[in-house]
Amino acid sequence: MRQSLLALLAKEPAHGYELKQALETIFGGAYPSPNIGQIYVTLGRLEKDGYVRSVDVEQANRPNKKVYYITAAGREALETWVEEPTEGPRVRDEFFMKLVLAPMTGLSDRMALVNRQRRHYLALMRDLRELAERTDPANRVALLLIEGAMLHLQADLDWLERCQEDLP
Amino acid sequence: MTADAPVVRAVNVVKIYQTGGLPVPAVRGVDLTVEAGEFVAIMGPSGSGKSTLVHMLGGLDTRTSGEIWLDGRRADTLSESGWAVLRREKIGFVFQFFNLVANMTVADNVELPALLGGVSPRQAKERRDYLLGELGLADRAEASPAQLSGGEQQRVALARALANQPRLLLADEPTGNLDSRNTRDVLRLLGKVHGQGQTIVLVTHDARVASMADRVVSLLDGQIVDDGAIPKSRRRPLGAAGDVVELRS
Ligand SMILES: Nc1ncnc2c1ncn2[C@@H]1O[C@H](COP(=O)(O)OP(=O)(O)O)[C@@H](O)[C@H]1O
Ligand SMILES: [Mg+2]
Repeated sequence: MRQSLLALLAKEPAHGYELKQALETIFGGAYPSPNIGQIYVTLGRLEKDGYVRSVDVEQANRPNKKVYYITAAGREALETWVEEPTEGPRVRDEFFMKLVLAPMTGLSDRMALVNRQRRHYLALMRDLRELAERTDPANRVALLLIEGAMLHLQADLDWLERCQEDLP
Repeated sequence: MTADAPVVRAVNVVKIYQTGGLPVPAVRGVDLTVEAGEFVAIMGPSGSGKSTLVHMLGGLDTRTSGEIWLDGRRADTLSESGWAVLRREKIGFVFQFFNLVANMTVADNVELPALLGGVSPRQAKERRDYLLGELGLADRAEASPAQLSGGEQQRVALARALANQPRLLLADEPTGNLDSRNTRDVLRLLGKVHGQGQTIVLVTHDARVASMADRVVSLLDGQIVDDGAIPKSRRRPLGAAGDVVELRS
C-alpha cells in the first residue's frame, strides 16, 4: 500500500479519495479495494517519514481538502522499491506445516488433509475463473493479476499432488 | 436404458496390463457412478490410471474384471462391434492424441459422427459450424488435420466429440496442448454444453478445467482416494472490488 500510494503521488498530487479511486480503476476487481481509513493511516505514516507532504486546499461550502504530494525523499524511497528485486514465493506454507505436523498429533491423516485442500483450491479457482469472466476484457492489468493468481493456484495443486505421492 | 439410470456405473473395475514381463495393475478396483447431467473431473498424478479408466469407460480398452454399465446397459461384456455401436450412439470421446481422420477435412471430421448418428446433412453442417465457431476454428474448416497445430487438432477433436450431442462426453486431457486463450474457448464451450445438460467425464491436470466440474474424483495408484463435490468457497464472493491478492497472503 505504501508504495502504491507513493507511485500514484509521483504521477500527480491527489487527495485520499482520489487515490482510492485510482487504485480501483487500475487494478479492477482483482485488487482488494482499500478502505479509505487505511489510505489515510498510510498517508499519515508516509507524511511522518517525510515521504509525502500535504496542503489544505480550500473548497467552497465544504471543509478543506487535504492534497498530498511526494517529496524528494519519497521519490528516492520509491526508486529503491522499484529497483530492488521482489521477494519470490513464500517458502513456509501454512498448509504444508499442517500436512507435516498434524498426523503426528493424531488429529488428521494426510490423505484427508490433501483431499480437503484440493477441493478448496478448486473452489478458489472457480471464483477466479468467474471473476475473470466478469472483468472488463479491456482491463489487461486486472486480467493479468487474476491469471497470475490462477497460475499460483495451479502450482499449489501440482505441489499437493507431489505431497500426496511422496509423503507416506 | 431406464430414464433415471446413471449414465456411467463402474463397479469394482480392475485393469491389469500384462505385456511380456510383470503384470502392471493400472486400475485397482474403481467404483464410479455418474448421473445424467453431471460434470466429473478426474485428477491424479501421471501414471495413476486416469487414461486407462476413461478408455475402459469408452470401451477402448478391456477391463480385467468388474462391471461397466452405460445408460443402464451392461457394457463390459459387449463384443468389439457391440462397443463400436454403443460408442457411435452414445459416446463422444476426446483422446489425448486426437485421432482425427487424416485424409478428411476438419469439417468432415466434425460432421462424420453426426451423419453416422443419422442426423440430416443440413443439421450436421449447422452443428459443425456452431462448434467450430465456438472454438475459434471457423476458418480452418477446409484444412486437413496435418495442416493444423496440436492445439487446433485438439479443439477439432472436441468439436467432433460433441457433434452428435452424445449421451456421454469422455475426454482425456482435452486442453493439454492449448494456450491460455484457446483453453478459455474450450472452457466456455464446455460450460455451455454442460449447461444444456451434457454429461461430462473429463481427465485433466488443468485446475481451470477441473474447477468447471460439479465433482472431482482423485486417483492415486489406480484407486479413487477422493470423490466429492467442489465446495462453495467459504470466502465471501469475489466482488466488483474483489481481492485476488488476498488469496496469496
Ligand atoms: N498399454 C499399456 N501396457 C502396459 N502398461 C500400461 C499401458 N498403458 C498404461 N500402462 C501403465 O498403467 C499405468 C496407468 O497408466 P495411465 O492410465 O496411462 O495413467 P495416467 O493417464 O493417469 O497417466 C501406468 O503405470 C502405465 O505405465
Ligand atoms: Mg493419461
